[in-house]
Amino acid sequence: MEKFSTHTGVGVPLRRSNVDTDQIIPAVYLKRVTRTGFEDGLFAAWRNDPGFVLNRPPYERGSVLVAGPDFGTGSSREHAVWALNDYGFRVVLSSRFADIFRGNAGKQGLLAAVVDQADVERLWSVLESRPGTEVTVDLGARTVSCEDLTVALEVDEYTRWRLLEGLDDIGLTMQHVEQVGDFEAHRPDWLPTTLPAR
Amino acid sequence: MGRTLAEKVWDAHVVRRGKDGEPDLLYIDLHLVHEVTSPQAFDGLRLAGREVRRPDLTIATEDHNTPTLNIDQPIADPVSRIQIETLRRNCAEFGVRLHSLGDVEQGIVHVVGPQLGLTQPGLTVVCGDSHTSTHGAFGALAFGIGTSEVEHVLATQTLPLKPFKTMAITIDGELPEGSSAKDIILAVIAKIGTGGGQGYVLEYRGEAIRALSMEARMTICNMSIEAGARAGMVAPDETTFEYLKGRPHAPAGDEWDAALESWRTLASDPDAVFDTEVVLDAAELEPFVTWGTNPGQGARLSAAVPDPAGYPDPDDRQSAERALAYMDLKAGTPLREIAVDTVFIGSCTNGRIEDLRAAAAVVAGRQKATGVRVLVVPGSARVRLQAESEGLDRVFTEFGAEWRQAGCSMCLGMNPDQLAPGERSASTSNRNFEGRQGKGGRTHLVSPLVAAATAVRGTLSSPSDL
Repeated sequence: MEKFSTHTGVGVPLRRSNVDTDQIIPAVYLKRVTRTGFEDGLFAAWRNDPGFVLNRPPYERGSVLVAGPDFGTGSSREHAVWALNDYGFRVVLSSRFADIFRGNAGKQGLLAAVVDQADVERLWSVLESRPGTEVTVDLGARTVSCEDLTVALEVDEYTRWRLLEGLDDIGLTMQHVEQVGDFEAHRPDWLPTTLPAR
Repeated sequence: MGRTLAEKVWDAHVVRRGKDGEPDLLYIDLHLVHEVTSPQAFDGLRLAGREVRRPDLTIATEDHNTPTLNIDQPIADPVSRIQIETLRRNCAEFGVRLHSLGDVEQGIVHVVGPQLGLTQPGLTVVCGDSHTSTHGAFGALAFGIGTSEVEHVLATQTLPLKPFKTMAITIDGELPEGSSAKDIILAVIAKIGTGGGQGYVLEYRGEAIRALSMEARMTICNMSIEAGARAGMVAPDETTFEYLKGRPHAPAGDEWDAALESWRTLASDPDAVFDTEVVLDAAELEPFVTWGTNPGQGARLSAAVPDPAGYPDPDDRQSAERALAYMDLKAGTPLREIAVDTVFIGSCTNGRIEDLRAAAAVVAGRQKATGVRVLVVPGSARVRLQAESEGLDRVFTEFGAEWRQAGCSMCLGMNPDQLAPGERSASTSNRNFEGRQGKGGRTHLVSPLVAAATAVRGTLSSPSDL
């Protein structure tokens, strides 16, 4: 996974709450078996509307999405994170994220950081009155800056460390593979197995 | 201090306690796999030269993309076909048991696991699907994961996880006639909101939950994710044990006794402390339907479409305005006057035999409303066979409904079963998101009883309206 320390890019105000993963990428785009190339599916239904924020330059080259509360609810599809990444987003800011989405983002190097709703409103107001304004996200300092505004971001310490170091979860777990074996040796015999099929 | 059910299951699966803010490493007892969220995970294994650590704790089914008509012919959509073929190749290569389209054990992954007796109390169960919460009905800690985590579990049979908070949802009282488990969970979601359960495991308890069948408990746990909770649980009891006994993968003989002894310890201790508690009275419930575009936007069927101006919170107001515009509804319209084009009975929420029996009992001897399409999609091939042995298929077809093969179908419209733009459905599924059942489609979430009554009258209805 690529390391993440700071990022500066055009901020995109997405003034909607409860942005579920079906909106981030509709199910029809989930039939692919590859891990890349999902940018066309990002907000596919909303992008049919010429007034949608990503259809209005200069927002279309944005890389920091500032969304309403409860971002990423619903389906566990990691395709939602891939689509955001593939489009060019590196950061999503919201006052509240769905658990599975936040977890998926952390595994793919997309920073999903929590910012107070009052700060989200401040960011929206700057980004809407001056489209194209850049936002700087500093994971080390845990801050989001935009013009003369600087606000705090929250991300759990472990995810922050993994992002800063660019560490892969499976690799980390593999360091404890012996303990997994020890655990397995003590599992009760009556626990179900899928093989052989009965 | 006493522990909650969720904490007991968690503690029993810790391979390694995290230090200094690290997550715990949790062992996974059962990994369910389907075609949509697994191809990139298997690719990851191949790239890293890794194997599936425990194919004997892994099982795959084909469900999301599968057609519900002409299943003996090649899948018409080439992209769906490739995804299914990819799962078949991956399972063959990595030694994973797979139930393919046409196999008697094929069906929606969350229907198949319990039906085979693989889902058992006290297990940790994961799947690359958010409705994995379904399996919590057995007192398992079951939750949905993303594709990176699917790869992680395939490779290591573990997951690094931060402990959840716990929420007790106590539902006492007796559920009135005409109401069902679906109405309970829709009322819970409307009460705590779509984000209310974020970070929590929900434990459903109380006399109304105890009185429910396993199928009904699965309906409730299934939609925990719609309240933002990754997992929902019900402590196992005699109803659970009765359901499991004799199933293909349930323990037998001495092992049954050993299992039972362990399962009986799986209840929250009397002095266990939950981080949050919510209480609901089942006796006050009525059939519940959604009017908006998230599962928290629901109301009693006897109510009217709410007026967004009545919401004090500007964000809720804007969200309701947007929902009414998308749903093409006017504030103040009685919900019972909303006419639908399609009724969908099925999904991992309500595609089990008991759901089909409930719907069939309502439509038996009647004719569907003119112009309404009624789709009945069993949750698994076994459910379909069981229903046919009871004659339910004839009840549905004589009513004018289409009797289909098993799968996820119109719940998410990855196969040809979709709403056309502007079409409106009453659906027993779990999500009323914009475009969920087809681009431009409008979804009202309902119970099987309400779905059936709606199919008779053509407008949102309960059996008491007939």
